[in-house]
Amino acid sequence: MYDIFIAPFAEFEFMRRALVGMLALSFGAAPIGVFLMLRRMSLTGDAMAHAILPGAALGFLVAGFDLFAMTVGGVIAGFAVAISAGVVARVTQLKEDASLAAFYLVSLALGVLIVSMRGSNIDLLHVLFGSVLALDNATLVLLASFATVTLLVLALTWRPLVLECVDPGFLRSVSKTGGPAHIAFLALVVLNLVGGFHALGTLLAVGIMMLPAIAARFWATDLTRMIVLSVLFAFVSGYAGLLVSYHLAAPSGPAIILAAGSIYGVSLAFGHVGGLRRRFVPGRHLEA
Amino acid sequence: MNAAVRFKDLTLGYDRHPAVHHLNGAVADGALLALVGPNGAGKSTLLKGIVGLLPPLAGSIEHGLSRGEVAYLPQIAEIDRSFPISVYDLVAMGLWRRAGVAGRIGKNERAQIEKAIATVGLEGFEDRPIGTLSGGQMQRALFARLLLQDAKLILLDEPFASLDAGTIADLLEIIRRWHAEDRTVIAVLHDYEMVRERFPEALLLARSPVAWGPTPEVLKPENLLKARHMSEAFDNRAPVCEVHAA
Repeated sequence: MYDIFIAPFAEFEFMRRALVGMLALSFGAAPIGVFLMLRRMSLTGDAMAHAILPGAALGFLVAGFDLFAMTVGGVIAGFAVAISAGVVARVTQLKEDASLAAFYLVSLALGVLIVSMRGSNIDLLHVLFGSVLALDNATLVLLASFATVTLLVLALTWRPLVLECVDPGFLRSVSKTGGPAHIAFLALVVLNLVGGFHALGTLLAVGIMMLPAIAARFWATDLTRMIVLSVLFAFVSGYAGLLVSYHLAAPSGPAIILAAGSIYGVSLAFGHVGGLRRRFVPGRHLEA
Repeated sequence: MNAAVRFKDLTLGYDRHPAVHHLNGAVADGALLALVGPNGAGKSTLLKGIVGLLPPLAGSIEHGLSRGEVAYLPQIAEIDRSFPISVYDLVAMGLWRRAGVAGRIGKNERAQIEKAIATVGLEGFEDRPIGTLSGGQMQRALFARLLLQDAKLILLDEPFASLDAGTIADLLEIIRRWHAEDRTVIAVLHDYEMVRERFPEALLLARSPVAWGPTPEVLKPENLLKARHMSEAFDNRAPVCEVHAA
């Protein structure tokens, strides 16, 4: 038992670091994922994750695998795309999802091009799929800071955020905080995707954000519980994924996301809030 | 008597096409006003204009109230009923003016929330997710939220659409109580019988105002007929309106 579940972390420092990184990521990304899902923006997260790539790639072009350069580049590119997509949607005929799709496809191509200009294919794989087993101190501090900022900002904008999801008309009629809260929220999405990018790469970062959130939806009818569950699911995915990758010598990033995917699968089948089992084996009806 | 809301040559609309055309007049403080007229007559538009969700194309609306003193109940469709939130929390939103983004919901506030829920007859539903409510129960919950808003001016957009008689009677009783407390209530309604019985004052709108005053006068057959003829079609090539242009 000990050998399977604890020894890898007790013996190797890089495993402990990876686990701590996943813990920080779980606290930041999973709650953001819940809000994205509830605002029907699940795919927006995906688009934004791609949008980060050219920024991070430019940072890489300038400074190589430098934490600061790639973070700043990613954050700037993420904001630029989020804001441009919003502006294009408001100023032209195009809906926001269509303009996001256009921006992220261009961004992805641009990002891959930039990385290839300087680095090898191995570098490209690093950027796209991350390197959770190679987190240094600075990166861990960065991930923890992002998680802290995320939780603080979520706490401050909680009421307007929730209200804007449930009843945007009501929020507009009582207060002007809806707009600023929405922008703060988009900023958190970008921040957490950049954080996730360092551990899991641009393509998989969205996985740890969305999969635990979507799985939590099958177990809770209450927002607070949903968020707590999503954090828990995200961390369990991180732990299980790291174990699997250690014992089977599988790549860690995909293993973590697949673990999250398994939790989603189980939730889909057995979740008591709208899961498949409830649908096909509903049980006998109640008296009232 | 003081005016709660004053319209000065007000024109509201979408994309330059007027939906409310050259409306003048004032709603007295404490009035109980029914807003009636055919579909597309600009009734909902007028409410949106008063709340400030739609800037006037011309003219002005004055009410001298702050955002928090105006309560607005839109048509039910705007609410995301799949959102995981309880009836209690939905009703609690009514305290926004006092609690805001970060204000405390203390013992006092909780007592008020419970009282509002009891007033609309939803005791026992506090923990239910809003997605499990029927149409009538949802509307009761929204009225509880309005109660907590404690507003001076209350705007209701078709509050009784597709509700049963019992629910309508309960909600009408709440409106009567608001009127007794000297709050100003403006409601968009389609049931002329109800307007005749319960609303002393009416404004018949067909883009342009047709009649405004005591309900029995306003709802005369000739006015209703006139309103039906006036609700002309949306014309893409309508010329620029020259009324009052100076």
